[in-house]
Amino acid sequence: MILYLLCLILFCIGLYGILRKRNLVKIIIGFSIMSYALNLFLVLLGYKFHGRAPIGASDQNFANMVDPLPQALVHTSIVIGLGMTALLIAIAIRIYEKYGTFDITKINKLKG
Amino acid sequence: MSSKTNTGMSLIVKTVTRIVVSVILVFGIYIVAHGHVALGGGFAGGIIIALSFVLLILAFGRNVAVNKISVTLAANLETIGALMFLGIALLGFLKGAFFTNILSKGVPFKLFSAGTISLSNYAISLKVGIGLFSIYLAFVILERYKQGK
Amino acid sequence: MELYILLSFMIFAAIVAMEVKDLFSSIIAVGAVGFCLCLAFLILKAPDLAVTQLVVELLCLIILVRATIKRDFPLVIQGRWVFNTISSLVFALVFISFAYSALKDLPDFGNPTMSIVKKYLEEGIAKTGATNLVSAVILDFRAYDTLGEVAILFGAIVGIMTVLRKTKNENRQDKIDE
Repeated sequence: MILYLLCLILFCIGLYGILRKRNLVKIIIGFSIMSYALNLFLVLLGYKFHGRAPIGASDQNFANMVDPLPQALVHTSIVIGLGMTALLIAIAIRIYEKYGTFDITKINKLKG
Repeated sequence: MSSKTNTGMSLIVKTVTRIVVSVILVFGIYIVAHGHVALGGGFAGGIIIALSFVLLILAFGRNVAVNKISVTLAANLETIGALMFLGIALLGFLKGAFFTNILSKGVPFKLFSAGTISLSNYAISLKVGIGLFSIYLAFVILERYKQGK
Repeated sequence: MELYILLSFMIFAAIVAMEVKDLFSSIIAVGAVGFCLCLAFLILKAPDLAVTQLVVELLCLIILVRATIKRDFPLVIQGRWVFNTISSLVFALVFISFAYSALKDLPDFGNPTMSIVKKYLEEGIAKTGATNLVSAVILDFRAYDTLGEVAILFGAIVGIMTVLRKTKNENRQDKIDE
């Protein structure tokens, strides 16, 4: 129970970074921390005490394994997080070349 | 010779990279090939293959890596990987529905078991690896041009 | 246990990443959070995820350093700073209190209900022939999700190529400036 609450505190730190920071790179770091917290929460849901990793060995004892379904979903989510961070960094580099700064209060001209 | 130019990093990094980069590439292919028996699979192995090419760019400057895999070759390989995955999915129509597993499932723990899972690993590793390498190449090519002003 | 120590260290590193004024130090702190997450996956008996998270974290750090290596700016505090900070913290506290009353209905940590997965565990190796159950779930039982992920990665790569290209107007302007 306390583990779930610690995970949600990590999520809230990322959310605070997105809402309150003025540097564009710090906002992108906030997105990254939020996605780490969500992946950890999903894997915490499927843990079983004294379980085994979900890879079969020669003794073929499948009755005592940790839940493999959240692990499959998080496997997909980790790679999608990388693609999202790369696209955000590309947009940030382009903004810097047009405006000369990373400060979001100065990026307010709607020209091309 | 490439060690006489001033691009890239120092001499120690270049010498170690020459020895190590082929080991990283073979390790990535090993993780892709054993995806259905032990850990790994298409995604982890594909990113390791991409990291070996990124190491070439970081150590030697961008011209050496572009000579190994040019930009058009990278774009073509990536689309071939995506189309291969879709083709394996469409082959499932031969036996019923979309995505059924049509090849034979051999003995467990061997390298040629588990039907179409093994072929899907190769297709995904091609797409993910070459795609992430071309993302990094796009960052590098634009950077040099703007700093030359 | 070890998981409590790891999570406390991750929270501390995340606070450091958000509050430090230097951009390079905050990138290193995010790298520390990612590597601690890889250790947490190992403790939770998920070795497949630990390998993927380690390699993805390396590539993410390389791209982040690329973006911030020569672009920095000094910090200026202005506006209603006290009110904004206190209202964000109050919002975070309200969110955590609502989440606490929702988390009481989950099963305890360490005893999952596993009602859907019993079929995958019993018939997994007989139906697919693969020994790695996570690969069997990704590529055989739930292959549509993998098709969607390949489409998302393709869209991200096309998007990055479009954002970072050089249009015709820029080429002409650089030639005039020289």
